[in-house]
Amino acid sequence: MAAFPWHSRQRNYKTELESCRLEPVPLDFGDYHPLKPITVTESKTKKMGRKGSTSSTSSSSSSSMVDPLSSVLDGTDPLSMFAATADPMTATANMDSSRKKRDRDDNSTVGPDFEPWSCKRGDILARYTTTEKLSINLFMGSEKGKTATSSSAVSEKVRTRLEELDDLEEGSQRELLNLTQQDYMNRIEELNQSLKDAWASDQKVKALKIVIQCSKLLSDTSVIQFYPSKFVLITDILDTFGKLVYERIFSMCVDNRSALPDHFSPENVNDTAKETCLNWFFKIASIRELIPRFYVEAAILNCNKFLSKTGISECLPRLTCMIRGIGDPLVSVYARAYLCRVGMEVAPHLKENLNKNFFDFLLTFKQIHGDTVQNQLVVQGVEIPLYLTLYSPAIDWILQCIAYHAPEVLLTEMMERCKKLGNNALLLNSVMSAFRAEFIATRSMDFIGMIKECDESGFPKHLLFRSLGLNLALADPPESDRLQILNEAWKVITKLKNPQDYINCAEVWIEYTCRHFTKREVNTVLADVIKHMTPDRAFEDAYPQLHSIIKTIIAYFHDFSVLFSVEKFLPFLDMFQKENVRVEVCKCIMEAFIKYQQEPTKDPVILNALLHVCKTMHDSVNALTLEDEKRMLAVLINGFIKMVSFGRDFEQQLSFYVETRSMFCNLEPVLVQLIHACVAFCFITIPSLTGIFTRLNLYLHSGQVALANQCLSQADAFFRAAVSLVPEVPKMINIDGKMRSSESFLLEFLCNLFSTLLIVPDHPEQGVLFLVRGLLNVIQDYTWEDNSDDKIRIYTNVLHLLSAMSQETYLYHVDKVDSNDSLYGGDSKFLAENNKLCETVITQILEHLKTLGKDETLKRQSVLALSFFNSILAHGDLRNNKLNQLSVNLWNLAQRHGCADTRTMVKTLEYIKKRSKQPEMSHLTELALRLPLQTRT
Amino acid sequence: MGTVLDIKIKRANKVYYAGEMLSGVVVISSKDSVQHQGVLLTMEGLVNLQLSAKSVGMFEAFCNSVKPIQVLTSSIEIVKPGKFPSGKTEIPFEFPLHVKGNKVLYETYHGVFVNIQPQKGKSTPSPVDFTITPETLQNVKERASLPKFLIRGHLNSTNCVITQPLTGELVVEYSEAAIKNIELQLVRVETCGCAEGYARDATEIQNIQIADGDVCRNLSVPIYMIFPRLFTCPTLETTNFKVEFEVNIVVLLHDDHLITENFPLKLCRI
Repeated sequence: MAAFPWHSRQRNYKTELESCRLEPVPLDFGDYHPLKPITVTESKTKKMGRKGSTSSTSSSSSSSMVDPLSSVLDGTDPLSMFAATADPMTATANMDSSRKKRDRDDNSTVGPDFEPWSCKRGDILARYTTTEKLSINLFMGSEKGKTATSSSAVSEKVRTRLEELDDLEEGSQRELLNLTQQDYMNRIEELNQSLKDAWASDQKVKALKIVIQCSKLLSDTSVIQFYPSKFVLITDILDTFGKLVYERIFSMCVDNRSALPDHFSPENVNDTAKETCLNWFFKIASIRELIPRFYVEAAILNCNKFLSKTGISECLPRLTCMIRGIGDPLVSVYARAYLCRVGMEVAPHLKENLNKNFFDFLLTFKQIHGDTVQNQLVVQGVEIPLYLTLYSPAIDWILQCIAYHAPEVLLTEMMERCKKLGNNALLLNSVMSAFRAEFIATRSMDFIGMIKECDESGFPKHLLFRSLGLNLALADPPESDRLQILNEAWKVITKLKNPQDYINCAEVWIEYTCRHFTKREVNTVLADVIKHMTPDRAFEDAYPQLHSIIKTIIAYFHDFSVLFSVEKFLPFLDMFQKENVRVEVCKCIMEAFIKYQQEPTKDPVILNALLHVCKTMHDSVNALTLEDEKRMLAVLINGFIKMVSFGRDFEQQLSFYVETRSMFCNLEPVLVQLIHACVAFCFITIPSLTGIFTRLNLYLHSGQVALANQCLSQADAFFRAAVSLVPEVPKMINIDGKMRSSESFLLEFLCNLFSTLLIVPDHPEQGVLFLVRGLLNVIQDYTWEDNSDDKIRIYTNVLHLLSAMSQETYLYHVDKVDSNDSLYGGDSKFLAENNKLCETVITQILEHLKTLGKDETLKRQSVLALSFFNSILAHGDLRNNKLNQLSVNLWNLAQRHGCADTRTMVKTLEYIKKRSKQPEMSHLTELALRLPLQTRT
Repeated sequence: MGTVLDIKIKRANKVYYAGEMLSGVVVISSKDSVQHQGVLLTMEGLVNLQLSAKSVGMFEAFCNSVKPIQVLTSSIEIVKPGKFPSGKTEIPFEFPLHVKGNKVLYETYHGVFVNIQPQKGKSTPSPVDFTITPETLQNVKERASLPKFLIRGHLNSTNCVITQPLTGELVVEYSEAAIKNIELQLVRVETCGCAEGYARDATEIQNIQIADGDVCRNLSVPIYMIFPRLFTCPTLETTNFKVEFEVNIVVLLHDDHLITENFPLKLCRI
């Protein structure tokens, strides 16, 4: 028998559906309809290219429906324009950074192990603040109306310049009073900007004036508690200035051919550059006041490189000595810090100068207790302990510079010198902040002794303990001292009355405790913290510190069963009562859990605690929560759910899922996760059932559920399980006590399965139509009853399925699941495979029809033939000659032995004729002519 | 018409000595070509005695001799009449620096383009130690009301090389009153003499603060001052005029007492 290649009819389900619906009434363009879209037509005038802009203007020419917002974005968006013209700032910044990088390779610059000033400045700005009113006193005289006299223009120019410089001192005074701290900072930033502007517009004298005026502000110690921050702000300006001058002179050395190498020698600098550089130094040398003269010269210290090799090494000692002239000890120590900073940047190998600065400072240390300072503090109402802390950033910095790569001997010497001075707590603290942690840690007991001896009224003790704690977090003290250190330190810390002082210490010491001791000690510390922070809800002001304590603990306790067995841990968590802080802390804990928990757990302690933590996170979700935040929380909760396993105890697992479902119903990803889990649960549970059809149907349903939830691999597993279960279906099954043939149930189930298989996407690693093939094999091998045509009925249905599968767009889909139509996109190979399957199936059907040629089965043959004819009519493309012929043959076969029901045949023919009137169905007319109606004679 | 004329001198620091060759270029830049009657370059050296505001009436009364004294003059035509093309034209020039007649070239000490150096001098260091107490002060009205203080120090030399800084040290060993300020005041003393008599005029030309606030006791504060290039010249004594320099150490106490110690300086150039 010749094989009949299958050609399925192209279906357009959409139009077929529409043809069954009410006819839509077309609406004329002009008609009013409330839902008609509003069309905006924009009449575009040609845009003029913006003056000075380098980017080209692209004019969009779309005529209708131009979104007025998007039209702004075409071409001349000011931001992208900015980015397009290579930003000079970034360009120079890049140059800077590359230059810096090269510098770093050199041993004449500081290594990366030196904590740079930029790390400190933020801390200082945050720590030294004030609510008092500040003032800026500037003498920026109004620009003198310069009507240049025509005669001897040159000398006139020089004279006016000099006058301008003098003008700084005598010119009109501008005083800005009553500034808040923020105002003050803004003003300083404005000055910084105007410095850059002045420089850029070649007003060098004005730039110098600004810098001088700014550095003058550093001699003002009113609102003394703000002084360290003021220092930071103003030295930023000085840094800017220093850089500008250096770069300007550097650029003057660039001759036509090549730029100066990074490590040039003064001989390579041309005379003009040298002269300009010298001019700057002369100008600065003539600044009347000491403090501006010092700061401005220090700012351009680097420029000495242009003049001579030894310039910097000669300048540094001179500037160091110059600071001795500054009477106020605070002002002078900051001047030293600035000099050390510039020195470290420009010539880090010059160490002597750093030491000299520190020794000079020690010499003036006694001034702090002198009358001048004391009187000033009384006037300002500042307490000594607070005043002393103002010194810390400067001394810390100087000591840090000294301690950098310094031999142990030097550090010991420095420490001894500090010890000798009265009220050395300030120095002690700086030593602890600046020296190597190992150095401090090995001498911990000595330090504790010294701290205890310190004068109560001087530098705040809790700061000393904090500094010590910071060192111990980085380096380990000798083994034998460890417990004693903790006891001694905690004895003092626990007595601190002020909760802020207390928590600042505790925050630091928790690390030491976690590092060297067990959960018992940690528990004690936590209990102590709770005890201190609970009264008067002191914890409300200490969330950052408390948070940091939690972070430290979870960084050390990776075993969560141990962590949660620390009794005070959960009560500690209860102190976080502000929701967003609480959620942050919970997130930290969950992140740590996901990171460190290696094996699944069913530990009730962990589960309880973490469910509590997760619930807190979940409950924070509301309508305003950002998508990102939700996703983050869901990931964390899912991470937890995945790690929970009760092993073979499925009931408990399921009840856990039920519980979590009720808890986390607001987060969709969590629900998806639970569905995954439940699907897995179904998969495990189904085999334990006895009813074979129950199992089959449950597999099908679970598969559908899995598909509906985009759990593709799970769905695949379910369907595969169902397919492989089919051969086990017994011939007879017991229904309501009677034995019945199972075939009709199987037929029903398989049809159901087929309609689902239509939308199941192929497994990426298996062949095309893997599930359908598998199912066909199973059907083939199944032992069917001899006198039944169910197998052929199934094959016919398979044909329907395959026809539906070869459509460009399938009849139905599962939301968010790509079925084979979109996966293959009507790929010819796929269609060929599909058709090959059809061919096999048709062959099977036809062979079966042939076997029914005996008398007793003629009736069956006729019915089957007609049913097959109908299938071809419905799904086949009858324009194909072979199929057309096949259908005619089937028609005849159905009628051959007079077994056919005439009424059915007549109705079928009428139907065909009716169909032929539909568009693209005209070929059916011809077919109808070829189908004779046999009347029974 | 936007024609810009500029003279550029070759030497960056613009310092030339007698007998040397002053060279440079005249730069003419304009958009269009320019018709001209020739370019003439004139160099002139002047000593100009100016009337100070303080001594107005006095000088006018007796002194007619304060005319500018010309010490140097020369002039060359660098381009004949013609036309400059559009764009930038550079015309190099050279002037020999020769003194007019038998006059001496003095160094200028303010605002003239060219600095001219006469003969070289010699300097031998002459250190000065000083001690300032209420007792050492002159011109004191009520010595008893003065707070007690003791300031010691020294200047490394009062014979100074003009290109080198004035250096020294100062120690406040003791002071009853808080110190507000310590300054170095550089003073120029000009004396103009003629047959009718002479006029003396002292001007502060630079003021440098070396201590700000109540400095630490017994800690030496450096004395350091760079001589301003345009306002100083080597100490000069001629028949017609005299230029001398002095430095004052000025200590201002918190109760507004002003203590001044004066040191004459001798500046020279090596």
